[in-house]
Amino acid sequence: MQKKRIVLTFPSSLVDQPITYHLVKDYNLMINILSAKVTPREEGKLVMEVSGKKKFIDEGIQYLSNLGVNIQPLAKDITWHKEKCTHCTVCIAICPSGALALDRKEMLISFIKDRCIACELCIPACPYEAINIQF
Amino acid sequence: MAKTIKEINEKIKRGSVVVVTAEEIIDLVEKKGEKKVAQEVDVVTTGTFGPMCSSGAYLNLGHSKPRIKLGAGRAYLNDVPAYTGWAAVDIYIGAAALPDDDPRNQVFPGGFHYGGGHVIEELVAGKDIKLVGTSYGTDCYPKKKIETWINLKDVNEAVLFNPRNCYQNYNVAVNLSEKVIYTYMGILQPRLGNASYCSAGQLSPLLNDPYYKTIGIGTRILLGGGIGYVVWNGTQHNPTVKRGENGVPRFPSGTLCVMGDLKQMSPEWLRGASFTGYGATLTVGIGIPIPILNEEIIRYTAVKDEEIWAQVVDYSESYPQVKPGSLGEVNYAQLKRGKITVNNKEVPTGGLSSYAKARQIAELLKRWIKKGEFLLTEPVAPIPSAESNIHFKSMNERPI
Repeated sequence: MQKKRIVLTFPSSLVDQPITYHLVKDYNLMINILSAKVTPREEGKLVMEVSGKKKFIDEGIQYLSNLGVNIQPLAKDITWHKEKCTHCTVCIAICPSGALALDRKEMLISFIKDRCIACELCIPACPYEAINIQF
Repeated sequence: MAKTIKEINEKIKRGSVVVVTAEEIIDLVEKKGEKKVAQEVDVVTTGTFGPMCSSGAYLNLGHSKPRIKLGAGRAYLNDVPAYTGWAAVDIYIGAAALPDDDPRNQVFPGGFHYGGGHVIEELVAGKDIKLVGTSYGTDCYPKKKIETWINLKDVNEAVLFNPRNCYQNYNVAVNLSEKVIYTYMGILQPRLGNASYCSAGQLSPLLNDPYYKTIGIGTRILLGGGIGYVVWNGTQHNPTVKRGENGVPRFPSGTLCVMGDLKQMSPEWLRGASFTGYGATLTVGIGIPIPILNEEIIRYTAVKDEEIWAQVVDYSESYPQVKPGSLGEVNYAQLKRGKITVNNKEVPTGGLSSYAKARQIAELLKRWIKKGEFLLTEPVAPIPSAESNIHFKSMNERPI
C-alpha cells in the first residue's frame, strides 16, 4: 500500500473528462482531492493524494500521462526557508494538518513535508515569507 | 542590602558579575527564595523580538557635487519614500513606508511585500540601496535630481530611531465575524478560528520591570544586535492601566522610545516584515538588563507567563469601532500551550513575537555583560509610571 501526493496539470481539452472517476474505478485507487482549480477554456490543476497498491498507482499515473496530463510529485513544490523563519509561531494556529509544527519547549518551528496538504493558508500568514509554494 | 548600579558595574569590569536571564531567574527564586537570590544575582537580562511599527532610521547622506537640497524635496530608497522635512541631506525612512506604486489593498488583501522595514534590513545587511531624489533647487543647492547607490558604510550618521518599541503587554486578537480579516495581529479566521498574541511574556523587558523602577531615560540596551539607549517613553505610553497585584499591567501599557547606531546592528535582529492586508513593518530585537538593586526588583523579574494576563479582543468589530470591553482574560502560559477558551470554544493560538529569538537576545546580552563588554547605566530621568497622570487618549475629533 503506497501513498503519493501529486500535482496534475491538464489542458482545457481534458477538463470535462472524469479523470478522477477512472483512477478510482479502473485502478482501484483511493483519491483525496486536496485542492482543485478547474476553469473552462483554461488549464486545470488538481492536487491529490493517491493511495493504493504500487502497481496500480504506477498504472494510474501512466494512464494520466497517456491522456496528456502533466504529473509532478507534490513534496518538491513546498519550501520552508529555515533561514527566513523567525519562529514567531503565527503559522501554527493556521496550519490545518500539523505540517508546521512547534516544539513547545524550544519554541522552534519545523516543517514536516509529508503532512503538508498544500492548502496554502500559511503563505499569506507568514510575515517573513518563509514559506512558498510552486506548482 | 541594596546594591547600586555602580557596584554592579565594578563587578562587570572585574568579571565577577552574576547574570541570569528573566527565564532562569524564575526557577532560582522558586528554589532559593527572593532574599537569597537578590543578594546572589546582580543582573537579569530580558529580551523581545517582535514587529514594532513605530520604527525607522535617519541618515545623513553627505553632500553631492554640486549640492542638492533633499529637504522639502523628495527622496526614495529602493522606491520607498523617505521623510525629507529636515535639512538638505538628512532623511528618515519609516518602517511602514510603502512604494508609491504599491497597490496596497486595491486588490484585497494586499501583500505589502516591500516597505521601509525591508529597506532598513537591507541597509543593515550592507546591501547597496538605490537613492532617487528631486529638489526644487536653490542658489546654494543647485542640483535638482540625484540617482545613486548608497551604502551603510558610506553614509555619515545612520541612526535607528524608534518612537514606539517594546510594548508592555498587548491584546490577544480574535475574529467573531463570518469572514476572514487581515490585521496587524495577522490573519484571523472567522468564528474564533484562531487567536494571535504578541509578547515575549516572562522574558519581555517591561513586564519584568512593570513600574519602570530601573528602566528609564538613558538606560543602555541591546538594540538590533548593537548598543542602543532608551531616550523617552514611547508613543501611546499608558502606565495607568489596571494592573494585577504583582504590578503587571493587564492591558497594553508602557512603551519605550529607543535609538542606536545602525552601523553596529545586524539583519539577524532587524527584519522587514509584511502583514497581508495590513502593511509593512520592522521586526526589532531588543534586550534590556535589569540591575537587581533590592528584593523588590527580583520579585518583578521572577514573574512567570501564568501570572501575566492579557485581554482577548475582537478585531472584526470591537477593535476597529473602538467598542470597549474584552472577551475575557488569558495568561501567557495558556497562550504558549497553544489553546485558549473563548466563549466556550477552544481556540488555537499563534504568536507574532518570537520567544525563541527573545531567549537568544537575553542570552546574548548575558554573554556581553559577563565578558565585560556591556556596562549598565543609571537612568538620567524616569519614565512616567502608574502614579502619573498619563493615559492614552483617543483623538479629539472636532469638525473644521
